[in-house]
Amino acid sequence: MSALVVSDVSRNFGGVQALSNISFEVEPGERRLIIGPNGAGKTTLFNMLAGAFPVSDGTVTLFGRDITDLPAYERARLGLSRTFQITNLFPRLSVLENILLALQAAEHGAASLFRRMRANRPLYQRAEALLGEWNLTAIAGQTARNISYGEQRQIDLILAMALTPKVLLLDEPTAGLSAAEVVRVVGMIRSLSKAMTILMIEHDMDVAFDLADRITVLHQGRLIAEGDVAAIRGNPHVTAIYLGADEME
Amino acid sequence: MSAQPPIPESSWRGIAAVSVIGILLLVALPYVLSTYYLGLAVEMMIFALFAMSLDLLIGYAGMASLGHAAYFGVAAYATGLLALKLNWEVWLALPAGLVVAALTATLFGLLALRTRGSYFLMITLALSQVVWGIAFGWRSLTGGDDGLPNVPRPDLTPHWSLTSDTAFYYFVLILIGIGTLLLIRIVSSPFGYALRGIRESETRMLALGYDVWRYRLAAFVLASTFAGLAGCLYVYYNRFVSPDYLQVVRSAEVLLMVILGGAGTLIGPAIGAALIVLLENVISAYTERWLIVLGVIYILVACFAPRGIVGFIRELRAKRAGP
Repeated sequence: MSALVVSDVSRNFGGVQALSNISFEVEPGERRLIIGPNGAGKTTLFNMLAGAFPVSDGTVTLFGRDITDLPAYERARLGLSRTFQITNLFPRLSVLENILLALQAAEHGAASLFRRMRANRPLYQRAEALLGEWNLTAIAGQTARNISYGEQRQIDLILAMALTPKVLLLDEPTAGLSAAEVVRVVGMIRSLSKAMTILMIEHDMDVAFDLADRITVLHQGRLIAEGDVAAIRGNPHVTAIYLGADEME
Repeated sequence: MSAQPPIPESSWRGIAAVSVIGILLLVALPYVLSTYYLGLAVEMMIFALFAMSLDLLIGYAGMASLGHAAYFGVAAYATGLLALKLNWEVWLALPAGLVVAALTATLFGLLALRTRGSYFLMITLALSQVVWGIAFGWRSLTGGDDGLPNVPRPDLTPHWSLTSDTAFYYFVLILIGIGTLLLIRIVSSPFGYALRGIRESETRMLALGYDVWRYRLAAFVLASTFAGLAGCLYVYYNRFVSPDYLQVVRSAEVLLMVILGGAGTLIGPAIGAALIVLLENVISAYTERWLIVLGVIYILVACFAPRGIVGFIRELRAKRAGP
């Protein structure tokens, strides 16, 4: 069964057709890169997969289950997680508290009103272990808005994958990072378990070709190419879009 | 709380010491204060709870309401009417007041929680005006503008009357104490942390799998119920309830208590409430233009201590702690 099936999905904003009839399937464990010039509809696609806003038309299926009409939080509970193109943390909470909120999301429904958060030692240990795993223990106590941009991007990623989702949507995780930070974040993504299926939007072609099993190319709201790295590299249409006179980024 | 470094062990001891001294002081007050000042202390405690309940919305969940007096008021009316017209005992009339506050909040929450920010502010204001209009207009039940005088002070048991000021003071102290402990527990619970998360980033909370709408409704109903408790106690204290309890001025006043003390902590709004109640009583002795003074206080706070008294103290400390 496919991890994710996007079937004939369209989206228009008023009169603007942001996405037209997008269809593709992603296999479990796959690393699928979504590329395309600015305005291609990549983030719009992610927002609809994650449930941030509804599709105008078409269906989205997660491991055989139709999630087209589910709200974002229910998709998250089914194991569909996302990062944000514009870093989206809890800015005035500490880094540790950011991670705790991500981990605690799994305990929804529990009568959590009169229990002390701090009494939940296992939760704290898991959060500390996660930060330790990525060598971020030193910033655990700092306020999220005060850490460096590179660190914020890493925390954004950790929030999304803290609960080992089945499908992880990464929206330009390396955008705005220094070369050294890109290496670090790519390393993080590479080391994620194959139990997670990953869809990732990426502008840096080297990073995209490096991580991808398969690549989907969007252009002006349409899916114009799909295939493995070699196929996309050799696709003249894709090259034209990226190098063509009118579409240069 | 939020964005604060973990509190070191030594200052926990400090907090514990201050709390013990504070509790002892509160217990000793009836032996020290005159009737007038004891009444003032009761009023301060009631408004402290009212302000803390609003801060659960503003400081923790990030929802600024300008209609919080509605829940204070409906609970006061419910308890007052039941005590006055049906002679209900306090242990029935008071919980009934809380239930009425919670139900009103659920109904209004369903309407108001579709909105955010200033729209939420406006719709909570409008809904509270609806309740005010009912209290004002339904003369046969509520006495209209004249309100309901002669609400009796409660008897806990036939042998334990609360008519004496000292006994009533302890009654209020115990209930406010319970309310405060519950609020402390709520803000340090996983639920309380989730509210902070919603305040900081609703979209991220949704993406993590939190049903944000439910959390916001729960916070709204809880905060309103605690406001209701304050309202029930106030009607027993004043032996009177009128549409003034529900007025927008009262909503604004409690909002100012939160802002003055410092939103995002529980102690801040409690201090803000105590200060404003004190100032109001002192200044009213000299002038009737209390609202002007209140306005000046608001401007001063907005200009010089936008994070309130607690925030101001924290900033001073941070400056002293080092560059």
